[in-house]
Amino acid sequence: MNIKLWGVRGSIPVSDPDTRQYGGHTSCVVVSQDGHFLVLDGGSGMQKLNFGQELTGKRVDILLTHFHLDHLQGLGFFKSLFNPSMEVHIWGPASSTHSLHARLSRYLSPPLFPVLIRDLPCQLHLHEIANSEFEIGPFRIRSRYVIHPGPTVGFRISNGNGAFAYIPDHEPALGLAGILDDPHWISGYDLAAGADLLYHDAQYTDEEYRYKQGWGHSGLSDTMKFATLSGVKKLLLAHHDPGRTDVQIQDLLTELLLTGQYDFPFEMAGEGMEYKIGT
Amino acid sequence: MPSYEIEIILSRQLADSLSMPVFITDTEGNLIYYNEPAEEILGKRFEESGVMPVEEWGKIFKPVDEFKNPLSPEDLPLVKTLRNVYPYHKTFWIESLQGKTQKISVTSFPIIGRSGNFSGGIAIFWKDERL
Ligand SMILES: [Zn+2]
Ligand SMILES: [Zn+2]
Repeated sequence: MNIKLWGVRGSIPVSDPDTRQYGGHTSCVVVSQDGHFLVLDGGSGMQKLNFGQELTGKRVDILLTHFHLDHLQGLGFFKSLFNPSMEVHIWGPASSTHSLHARLSRYLSPPLFPVLIRDLPCQLHLHEIANSEFEIGPFRIRSRYVIHPGPTVGFRISNGNGAFAYIPDHEPALGLAGILDDPHWISGYDLAAGADLLYHDAQYTDEEYRYKQGWGHSGLSDTMKFATLSGVKKLLLAHHDPGRTDVQIQDLLTELLLTGQYDFPFEMAGEGMEYKIGT
Repeated sequence: MPSYEIEIILSRQLADSLSMPVFITDTEGNLIYYNEPAEEILGKRFEESGVMPVEEWGKIFKPVDEFKNPLSPEDLPLVKTLRNVYPYHKTFWIESLQGKTQKISVTSFPIIGRSGNFSGGIAIFWKDERL
């Protein structure tokens, strides 16, 4: 499977000369294989996507981790939604009170957005997921609720000979004890265990996290600990804080490389980066 | 190795930050976590005992009613919660490890996650000083 990062910024898009290297668009990652496309999250990076010849069929699947605006704000600008010949499937976490349709409508309706869901010209299908397993084309997908405010899932996408774990918003260290060493007690472990590539929240420095506990994101050390305990083969640190410049992101990476001993490679996620897993 | 549901993981993190004794079980009644204040009641440390089946932890308490008649495990709030998926509350007496009788009030409730599935039970013990 091929993986391309279209947006890696956390919380709000930024556009400054000093954020150009890693990029300013919010969460959007495309996983593809044999003409099948999965779009993970609808952050502002989604606005750049345009599927044409490369699609085998007329179907595209959007997998939403949750409904915070930085994961949704690009959805209304996704070109396939306005193409009557396209079949668009949106998968999102169930809540115990409101339907997926009702929660999507909060954003895709006036006054926040001019077009109503029911007026979208594409053939739209909505799927509520929880701790679920499902298949799309060549992909087997597992979703699990993870620790983050509001109903939020992470995804594990496998194609039979490789696995990609996507957990962009995650605070596994929430609580006095932080991340516990026992896999039974680690949020998101089932998604990340042994994955070939883990894309994970690393919004804060450890110092910043001390003041932002409960906000739903991870400090760098906790991300490294989560990846270590999960036994991943490679880690991408993502959901960069909107206030972080390219130089600061590079410095944080250098510090991690110099101060820690890790038995897996890791790097900072950057817009436009591409990876290949399995076949 | 599958991890517990996040509502169970978060319950443990909450229990860890409380000063009253808290017990957490899975749906089968296995005691999967108890906090430090609860260690005093059980006379065991969680790190040492690990997960305990109901047959084991149910015997550690010696619960009695106000007439000192023994209570069966089926009368304990947490056991009832697990059987009926319903909250319970009861005041009774337990014999402490030092042989003293202690009046306690127990509140238990089922843990039901976002997807509506029952994933375990919690019991909170109050040492009742008003004898
Ligand atoms: Zn986010
Ligand atoms: Zn979020």
